[in-house]
Amino acid sequence: MSDKSRRIIPIGPYHPLQEEPEFFKLIVEGETVVDLEINLGYNHRGHEFISPELTYDQVPFLVERICGICSNSHPLACVLAIEDCAKIKPPPRANYIRSIIHELERIHSHLLWVGLAGHFIGYNTVWMWAWRYREHVLEIFEMITGNRNHYAANKPGGVRRDITKDQIPAIHAALDVCEKKTKMLTNAVLDDPVIRARLEGVGVLTKEQAIAYSVVGPTARGSGVDIDVRRDDPHAAYDLVPWSVIVLPEGDVFAKAKVRLLEIFESIRIIRGCLDNLPDGPIETRIDEVPPGEGIGRTEAPRGEVFHYIRSDGTNRPLRHKVRAPSYMNIASNVVAVRGGSIADAALTLAAVDPCYCCTERMAAFEDGRLTLTGADLLRLSWEKTERLKERMRR
Amino acid sequence: MSDALTRFRGRFPDAEVFQHNERRLYLKIPREKVTEACQFLHKECGMRLSICTGIDTRDGFEVLYHFSEDRTGTIFTLKVLAPKDDPRIESQAKWFPAAEWIEREMHELLGIDFPGHPNLTPLLTSDTDWEPDRFPLRRDYERRDEAHER
Amino acid sequence: MRDPRIWGLKKSPWVYHVAAASCNNCDIEILELLTPRYDVERFGIVLVGSPRHADALLVTGVINRKSLPRVLEVYEQTPKPCLVIGIGTCTCNNHMFRNSYNAVGPYDKFIPMHAYIPGCPPKPEAMIMGVVKALSKL
Repeated sequence: MSDKSRRIIPIGPYHPLQEEPEFFKLIVEGETVVDLEINLGYNHRGHEFISPELTYDQVPFLVERICGICSNSHPLACVLAIEDCAKIKPPPRANYIRSIIHELERIHSHLLWVGLAGHFIGYNTVWMWAWRYREHVLEIFEMITGNRNHYAANKPGGVRRDITKDQIPAIHAALDVCEKKTKMLTNAVLDDPVIRARLEGVGVLTKEQAIAYSVVGPTARGSGVDIDVRRDDPHAAYDLVPWSVIVLPEGDVFAKAKVRLLEIFESIRIIRGCLDNLPDGPIETRIDEVPPGEGIGRTEAPRGEVFHYIRSDGTNRPLRHKVRAPSYMNIASNVVAVRGGSIADAALTLAAVDPCYCCTERMAAFEDGRLTLTGADLLRLSWEKTERLKERMRR
Repeated sequence: MSDALTRFRGRFPDAEVFQHNERRLYLKIPREKVTEACQFLHKECGMRLSICTGIDTRDGFEVLYHFSEDRTGTIFTLKVLAPKDDPRIESQAKWFPAAEWIEREMHELLGIDFPGHPNLTPLLTSDTDWEPDRFPLRRDYERRDEAHER
Repeated sequence: MRDPRIWGLKKSPWVYHVAAASCNNCDIEILELLTPRYDVERFGIVLVGSPRHADALLVTGVINRKSLPRVLEVYEQTPKPCLVIGIGTCTCNNHMFRNSYNAVGPYDKFIPMHAYIPGCPPKPEAMIMGVVKALSKL
């Protein structure tokens, strides 16, 4: 096909995903997306450069600010790396508290994604509902850690704050509400024929592609790759309470959505198990020194495996600190997932790896000469497709 | 001992193996064998590339390829050393798309060259306000006073 | 008589959200304002999709080298007079990233700022109060 029929649709750069905001260039022929260019760096703040200037006690605060949604995953992986390097085990109570906070974060993050996926296909009710029920989780966070986001829960050797006895019934109560509402939301979303029609078979990432791009988390599990760091490399209290890994083989957006929705219930199960078995005892082990050496810590963030590598030279500061967030691997796979789909599905497919929410709100038109559509048009196209499907189903 | 490690030792007898604990293995291999070793771990042992780390050490640039064996939860870290006067390591991105971005990142932040990479352009730094020969993760990086710095 | 353009800003401000190298947290909390718990649309505050429609810019994050030209372009496109409100500690003083090679902020080097709402992240209540205070100073 001649190059003339190709159009470029820019998405971004105002699209701040965790620490990796992007500028997507969709290259389309007619209605079909033929290629995708990804341009990163709008949120690059140089964490790996700042980290060696801080002490081990300060580093968790820095990595917490990599991402506001995964603000427990990064500190957890970081302290696991420091503990791996220092060969120290945290006390059991700290492990349980780490699991509780980590799973609470997963619930709020998945609800956030469901809401935004609803927004992308024109179901703003789903958005409002999901975010309303997410508030229950944030309330628990505020109660047990003191902040709605950026919990500062982890420190090398343990956790910073204990969960007191009188907080446990309140957590249970909030979880009950959250579970009931999420069940309703899950049934409503998964049974809706229009949502199914919009999500099924869209943005398929096959198992082979998932392995070649080394994707992680729900993106991989929705493509039939059975990996979950919580089970494979047990840390915190994940090997001590019952739960299961959700894997679906289809690889489309619907599978990814379903994996996330079902994982919310597994998370609730883990939290309940942890609260019921919460052992007594101290919440931290003292770390006197971090000997020279290397440490790797990883944990399953809501979006997949977070990987931290720390090299120590025996001082109180890391010599090198490598951070890998899950979206780093997942976003690269968009290139194959979006190819061959229609423009109306592109916004959804790009969002399906949960890069973050709302590219729509920060799309800005770029002068490109050949530019025909802006980001707002893309969202409008997506909404129109949903309306068309609704019409067809009414008939 | 893990099955993959036994096979790795059989295939690469000159690799230095350091076992930090049962789930963290470090394997030092010569620079020429990096592609062979990566392909062995990914294709034959079914491991997933977690990420690569580039480090500026006294002896040269160390590049670590962290492979995750999800069946056992083990991380195999391949260590490759490139001398400072010749910081070149063969690119893995040409056969393994997962390595594409991280090699670009190491290229721009550390100045390691990856011959054979399909698109070795800057990934993170600015397209308008950054000199391509400045490598902030190198030890000798010096901050300069730019117009809008402090 | 007071400038009608300023007077017009005070009612139902439409806001555009600019995130320049932020950690996403302030950004979620801004969106949180729209959802049922806080629901600022009751007061006519609407998040709009284009800076050309905006009365106020909500800016977050430290500016980095790559996002600076884009932020300036967004500011250029916003009809003047407009309010610029910084959300989060990063907008005030670069927070933990002041030593980074890539952070060029804070915002007031490049854009006239009207209000800062510090916090990491500020609570949605604080954001509402900050916006109300900024509007009442007009």
